[in-house]
This record gives sequence, C-alpha cells and structure tokens, in this order.
Amino acid sequence: MNGLRTVVLAFAAAGVAMSVAGCGERPQVINYKQGKYQGKPDTPAFNSPPFNGNKQQWENEIDDRAQKQNEYVRLRD
Amino acid sequence: MARMKFLCDAERCIECNACVTACKQEHEIPWGVNRRRVVTLNDGVPGERSISVACMHCSDAPCMAVCPVDCFYKTEEGVVLHDKDLCIGCGYCFYACPFGAPQFPQTGAFGVRGKMDKCTFCAGGPEADRSDAEFQKYGRNRLAEGKLPACAEMCSTKALLGGDGEVIANIYRDRVTHRGKGGEVWGWATAYKVPGGAGATQQPGGAAPTPAPGAAPATGGTKS
Repeated sequence: MNGLRTVVLAFAAAGVAMSVAGCGERPQVINYKQGKYQGKPDTPAFNSPPFNGNKQQWENEIDDRAQKQNEYVRLRD
Repeated sequence: MARMKFLCDAERCIECNACVTACKQEHEIPWGVNRRRVVTLNDGVPGERSISVACMHCSDAPCMAVCPVDCFYKTEEGVVLHDKDLCIGCGYCFYACPFGAPQFPQTGAFGVRGKMDKCTFCAGGPEADRSDAEFQKYGRNRLAEGKLPACAEMCSTKALLGGDGEVIANIYRDRVTHRGKGGEVWGWATAYKVPGGAGATQQPGGAAPTPAPGAAPATGGTKS
C-alpha cells in the first residue's frame, strides 16, 4: 500500500514539475534593431562626371531612360 | 527621385534569361554567383509564369537588420548596397532575405565562403564612382552614367522594368490598360487565393481557401 502511495506521489510530483516547467521560459522572439552603417561613405550617383553634382540633370536622364521602357510611348513617336 | 525598384511583368517574361546574362556580362560576375535569376512557376504546365528575381532593394530590408557588422546602407534613391571591406561573409543576410538575393562566391576548397555579393541596381558601392576598385568589388556603376540597370534595359520583351518606382508603376499600369489583362497576375488576390478572385483555386484536399483580412472580395489586387 505504501509502495503504491509512493508511486502516486512520485507521479503527482513529476506532473506538477512538468506543468510549471514552462513558467521560467524566456521569450524567444528577437526584436531586431536597425543597425547603423559602419562602412565607408558613398557619394551620390550624380556627383561624378558627366553630371558633376547636377542632380536635376541626372534625374531627367534617368527618367528619360525609364520612359524608353514603355514601348506604347516609344512606338508612338 | 523616389525609390528605385524592379518590376517583372509575368505576362511578358519568356524565360530567355537575357537579364541573367546581361548582369553577368556587365559586372563580370564570377562563376557560381547569380545576382539575378529567372524563376518559373508551374514549369511545363500550361499557363506557366516566369519572373526575374534579384535583390528587390526592400524599403525595410531584413538583410540590413540582421547584419552583425552593419555593412549595409541605403542610398538616397533607395538602393540597398553594402561595403565588402566590412562584410565577414557570415551568411545571415542570406537566411534573412526572402528572395535569396545574397550570393557567396566559393573562394576555395571545403565550401569556404567569400564576401557577400548581390545586385547593386547597377549603382556600384562605397568606392569612388566608376573607379577600378568599384568595378572589381561591386561591378559597373551605370546609375552614375545616367543609365538604368543592364538587366532591365536589355530585356527584349520589356518584362523586367527598372527605375523610379512611380515611373515603372505607371508604365505597368499603362500596359495593363492597353492589353486589357495582366493586372491580376500579381496582387493580394493571387498571392492569397481569395475565393472568386483572380487566381482563385481550390486547395489540395478540397478545402475552401480562407479570405485574407482586408482583401478585396473579387478582383485582383494590382492597379489596372
């Protein structure tokens, strides 16, 4: 009888231990923080020749080339 | 100038891989590294679709977030670039990237990995514009020459568009309006298979697909 009680108590203790085991679990989802760039600085694309810092001219050139991808416009000309 | 973006029109891509070839030729990319590749969905099945995939220059790039040495930066035009002198080749960016854009050259035996290499939107890197050092590390800087990425400009069917996001979105919208279809190829309804929406199909097992929250009930999600 005593042996059976010991077994039951052991199972009960194991059950309690297992049920509270998760209580100490830490959150495992990491909230990423954006890092700060540590490398060499880069210059804007329009700083070098042939644009020499003329951003507007560079933007116009890029926009013009982008429009050439639209053949509905290109073929109308 | 807003943000530089790529857009691939799956209605037009014919899987010719000219974009891949143009990229490799333009930047003299080593064997085993593919900054761009063409992915075909339902290959061999009638109605298959191909799209050209490279770095999408994400607005909130996960590669930038996970890099332990913070070697990534974003240019004023929204191009995500990195400093190879700082990169340690750990591969975190590869795991973080949903497009598999970061590439690692095999520099030796036993799978030794080199520094990360990826699409630069033909914008070079943190070296003097159009210098030899820039070309060797990052490839040609076409943006500094007033040109768009070689892959997009080379595309024979103009499936791959590159440039300012607003401009190429307008080109795509114009195109869809002219041909009267194709807007449904991309978008929420296609991606999440909204019942009755474009691209809606029965899931395996016959279960009805669940509509996504906030999804348009019956039409494609892209502009048309």
